[in-house]
Amino acid sequence: MKIFQPKNLQYLFIAAFAFFFMESCKPKGTQSAATGDASKAYVAPGKYDEFYNFVSGGFSGQMAVYGLPSGRLLRVIPVFSTDPEKGWGYSEETKPMLNTSHGFVPWDDAHHPEMSQTNGEVDGRWVFINGNNTPRIARIDLTTFRTAEIIEIPNSAGNHSSAFITQNTEYVVAGTRFSVPPDDANGDVPIDTYKQNFKGNVSFIKVDSVSGNMKIAFQIRTPGVNFDLSHAGKGNSHGWFFFSCYNSEQANTLLEVNASQRDKDFIMAVNWKKAEEYLKAGKGRKQAVRYAHNTYSDKTHSATSKIETEITILDSKELADMVYLIPCPKSPHGCDVDPTGEYIVGSGKLAALVPVFSFTKLQKAIADKAFDGDYEGIPVIKYEAALHGEVKKPGLGPLHTEFDEKGNAYTSMFVSSEIVKWNVKSLEILDRVPTYYSIGHLMVPGGDSRKPFGKYLVGYNKITKDRYLPTGPELAQSAQLYDISGDKMKLILDFPTIGEPHYAQAAPAGLISKNSLKFFKIEENEHPYVSKGEGQAKVTRDGNKVHINITSIRSHFNPDNIEGVRVGDEVYFHLTNLEQDWDVPHGFSVKGANNSELLVMPGETQTLKWVPEKAGMYPFYCTDFCSALHQEMQGYIRISPAGSNVPLSFSTGKTPTPAAGKTATPATK
Amino acid sequence: MKKIYKILTAAFIFSIFIACNNENKETTTATDNAPTTSAGGQEAVQDDDSQKDIVKIAVGSKDHTTLVAALKQADYVTSLSNAGPFTVFAPTNAAFDKLPAGTVDGLMKADKKLDLQNIIEYHVSIGVFKEDMMQDGQKIDQANNNKITISKGADGKIKVNGTANILAAIPASNGLVYVIDEVLLPPAKN
Repeated sequence: MKIFQPKNLQYLFIAAFAFFFMESCKPKGTQSAATGDASKAYVAPGKYDEFYNFVSGGFSGQMAVYGLPSGRLLRVIPVFSTDPEKGWGYSEETKPMLNTSHGFVPWDDAHHPEMSQTNGEVDGRWVFINGNNTPRIARIDLTTFRTAEIIEIPNSAGNHSSAFITQNTEYVVAGTRFSVPPDDANGDVPIDTYKQNFKGNVSFIKVDSVSGNMKIAFQIRTPGVNFDLSHAGKGNSHGWFFFSCYNSEQANTLLEVNASQRDKDFIMAVNWKKAEEYLKAGKGRKQAVRYAHNTYSDKTHSATSKIETEITILDSKELADMVYLIPCPKSPHGCDVDPTGEYIVGSGKLAALVPVFSFTKLQKAIADKAFDGDYEGIPVIKYEAALHGEVKKPGLGPLHTEFDEKGNAYTSMFVSSEIVKWNVKSLEILDRVPTYYSIGHLMVPGGDSRKPFGKYLVGYNKITKDRYLPTGPELAQSAQLYDISGDKMKLILDFPTIGEPHYAQAAPAGLISKNSLKFFKIEENEHPYVSKGEGQAKVTRDGNKVHINITSIRSHFNPDNIEGVRVGDEVYFHLTNLEQDWDVPHGFSVKGANNSELLVMPGETQTLKWVPEKAGMYPFYCTDFCSALHQEMQGYIRISPAGSNVPLSFSTGKTPTPAAGKTATPATK
Repeated sequence: MKKIYKILTAAFIFSIFIACNNENKETTTATDNAPTTSAGGQEAVQDDDSQKDIVKIAVGSKDHTTLVAALKQADYVTSLSNAGPFTVFAPTNAAFDKLPAGTVDGLMKADKKLDLQNIIEYHVSIGVFKEDMMQDGQKIDQANNNKITISKGADGKIKVNGTANILAAIPASNGLVYVIDEVLLPPAKN
């Protein structure tokens, strides 16, 4: 037997060591992953949540509303994508909301919701969110929880560095990810002429302080780079805006290699008060463009789309003291400003550190002209001159930073799947927790404002391989809720999200719930085809257009028998929901309609267009279980062949006369 | 003996109350910023904007205090705050007073709850029956599965079960209230 020979003993030792090593190398937190202080996330039946959480739907194009801490999905608000459930983009009234200079666009990629603020504090009035692909910014009204306005951004492509606001919602900004030849230039140029022909743009969209209506005030023309994210200054730094940019190499191909060559890219600091001065002094240049501006009226219950044709450009090369560049290591992604406004955090996603810049030092560097040359005419600040310090060894792949009210920052680490808590002033790392897995954005309620509510933090993860039951090739992406009220972060809940969650916002529930609209007042309905009572229901013919002013109230339509409509007609069902009661929508659909249902709120009018292609009997019904007699809420529209002489007629509750009871002979001419 | 039972019951209720209180204390940590929900169910939701539902109309009427008390005793407040639609024949206090002395008090006793529910259900139709849709001799199914009979005179005046007059028709968000001057008594059970 050789078992106890020294050589074998050595193997045993190695095996034991390996075993020990394996144990310690288990992904950190697999044990804590299985725990979670669920009681802290428990909101008892019949209780409200503490916070509203507005989460971008990413490639769903929508925005989801969750309650925190429960993680309950309260609503999905359609924004940039059609939503047949709500008739969004299908009803005649909502179609113009998705109009663009490229025509009707039924989808987009929504990344960064940002709530309106007053004096740097979340005020609960609106949420702005960007559409990336066909560059747009939407404004969602938090009284109706509906998209109220969408504005297209010219001279842009990949509207990623958006939609972030200044501290009194003076502006919402939109920075282009792709630099492109400007809209009025010839875009039909060789792609490898990037350096000559491609330009960047950041747009400042003025927000009306009362109505919320948006208007592009000016665009700042910049060198061709990729803008990634941005955040406004606040407090002392109010009047400035900070944008992260990468691809300062100006590569036009294989960016994963070619845009990672330089040690540093930039944080672009924009003095927007200076830009306002230049604008006022007429230093801007008018440019002919085409972009859509769509607004929804809660009075007419209809959207209008207008094509705007002019924009004012302020050139960063020509106008001094407006734009500066701060070197920032390796392709910065997140660009986040702490609640005091003093510290600007740039997260180089390929960097092994997180640089923190000081606004005071930045101002001094500008005054001292501590420049390191320029980049296409824009002064480049000396890195050290603006630097507060670096968070050393924070983790791998730092992306985004949010803040609490105690001077702490929380940075997401995509590669090492963790959240790192550090002190903004001392830059000392205080705590780290794992996420499951590959966290992108993270969010503290009010965590990018002057007044964070540092009780919870939510991480938004890309990968959930072992978290939920498998559902085929695509798995749900996730949100993970942490309690950050103590020194150590604690995972308390894990819930799936719609689409892909990017950035999110949250605010105390009481700030928003008190303004929530219960229904639309029927007497204020200014829709051209409203029926303000069953007596106003009617069917009228205008050439081949048939307008049906139809009403719904528990539990019938008026009219519910319609005859005299012919193949070749365009039928418009203008449904008015006569209810004046909370939580009583009525739906409408007709057999064979090739668009969607209507879902009409009390006091509202919405229109379904239908082009019947065959003679026959077409039932319609209420699609929302409205009442005990919902299943009785139905009707018929008779479609006769083209040229038929069946007279136009409509009724509800008419009992058959003996003659009408007989089989009618086909009434064609 | 009865007294002891009462004390025990009171103690028991008190202990439940205490227990509930503790529970509330625990959950307030998670919800201290949250606006509060109404503890009393959908009928207690603060809503001064919406059109009034049948229960709110009855509660708001000084002539229907007996009916409202009966709805509460029968646990029908939530049901009649439901989406409906209902047609409710709502006897006035005077109508209840026409009943033999002691009838209402008797029905309000806990052991008569089923009888009270049966009577209330006999005043409720599922559906909205407007006057112009009612015909002489029409029978309407009531929620307790008995029928009422509508009579319509030459003058268009409607009576229910031959005697009850409609004093007023009040549209509600979840249906229609007919104020009537007699209590409708369901046919005796076989």
